[in-house]
Amino acid sequence: MAINWFKYSSPTTFYGLAGKMIPWFAVSAAILFAIGLYIGFVVAPVDAQQGEFYRIIFIHVPASMMSMFLYMVMAAYAALGLVFNTRLSGMMASALAPTGALFTLISLWTGALWGKPMWGAWWMWDARMTSELILLFLYLGFIALHASIDDSRRADRAAALLAIVGSVNVPIIYFSVKWWNTLHQGATIKFTGTSMQIAMQQAMFTMLLACWLYSIAVVLARVRSIILSRERNTAWINELPEVKQ
Amino acid sequence: MKVMGYKKSSLLQLLVLVIRRDLVLAMRRRADVLTTLVFFVIVVSLFPLGVGPELGMLRKMAPGVLWVAALLASMLSLGRLFSADYQDGTLEQMMLAPQSLSMLVLGKMIAHWMVSGLPLVLMAPVLGLQFDMSAQPLGVLIIGLLLGTPILSMIGAIGAALTLGLRGGGVLLSLLVLPLCIPVLIFGTGAVEAISSGLSVASHLSLLGALLVLSLVFTPLVVAQALRISME
Repeated sequence: MAINWFKYSSPTTFYGLAGKMIPWFAVSAAILFAIGLYIGFVVAPVDAQQGEFYRIIFIHVPASMMSMFLYMVMAAYAALGLVFNTRLSGMMASALAPTGALFTLISLWTGALWGKPMWGAWWMWDARMTSELILLFLYLGFIALHASIDDSRRADRAAALLAIVGSVNVPIIYFSVKWWNTLHQGATIKFTGTSMQIAMQQAMFTMLLACWLYSIAVVLARVRSIILSRERNTAWINELPEVKQ
Repeated sequence: MKVMGYKKSSLLQLLVLVIRRDLVLAMRRRADVLTTLVFFVIVVSLFPLGVGPELGMLRKMAPGVLWVAALLASMLSLGRLFSADYQDGTLEQMMLAPQSLSMLVLGKMIAHWMVSGLPLVLMAPVLGLQFDMSAQPLGVLIIGLLLGTPILSMIGAIGAALTLGLRGGGVLLSLLVLPLCIPVLIFGTGAVEAISSGLSVASHLSLLGALLVLSLVFTPLVVAQALRISME
């Protein structure tokens, strides 16, 4: 049996699929957020050095990871769109950008809140904070470029090229900033062994999973809106029950 | 201009031709070139007025100030890279030409650097002296600028091609390009700081050189692609 790989690359079929998937992802994200926050705030013990303040990492670390992953996912969709010329890829990329920017902002914000009691300053110009800030600029550039081009196909393609150039630049920026100044504490989660307590780990991974599910749900919802607004003049949109009434 | 005719010209001839054409055009509008340079000088001169005339601090700040000012000045001139050719239809003809678009773009970028980047490099020693920089750091700063400003022109060309013909293009262009230029800024100023504190500058300058080679290879292709997207 031949599988049609491109079946769900058409907005028409994907619109329905996304609509069916959103509730699943949204509900499981809500449940995992509740579990993660419970473990993080109630079960996990107080940190010996950092006291209660450390608990902000349960949102800070997942948000930072999401901000970087989502940029890569966005660039991958952008590349797909340029290579296969599929309309949906560009829509996905532009649906991912606001969520990515939001996570970047959360990461910076919570980082500052954590930095004040720990370092005594809201902001330190260290490598990770600075590259996170630059990542926010890259997201904003993508969104701004997309928003200022009226023709949506050209906007998709131009923004896609920018995302790809940005993703090539991200490692260069990261390492240049790292050599420029290194002050941040070393990574705690390493591939061999970890210095974290089990409950803290559980809270962190639950929250990370919850963030993933939340992102998927939100992005699918946003891509549905984008499909609706871009295809509003087509026949199948006018056939939709939610549009008809 | 006979070379262009129907005879197929070599890539190098094409490159030289494009550079010469753009330089001639720039020389016809000398005010544009001077504006960028004057902007650079003014921005640099504003810093001592803003932070105070203490020489020790100015000496420390000099590389950063000069580099940031060069970055901003190069943003200023990027809008003109393709817009004149776009408006009078020349760019469309260039894209229809059988010659490689990447090569044409490379020629335009080199010409742009000679008009807007090179004057800044030549002006920098004078401004460096205003900030009481000594000879050795000043030399490193100039080498860094010489390696770095072409990268700014090339990365900037991507932004210029993507924002071609858009409303509010100038501000948007800076928003897209400035974050991508951060590594150049870091290595350029890092080299001067290294020599000032007695360390070797080889690593910083080598990295700048590597970035230059990388962008020399890839940006013409990317800019050509961006132009095709914008001109559809």
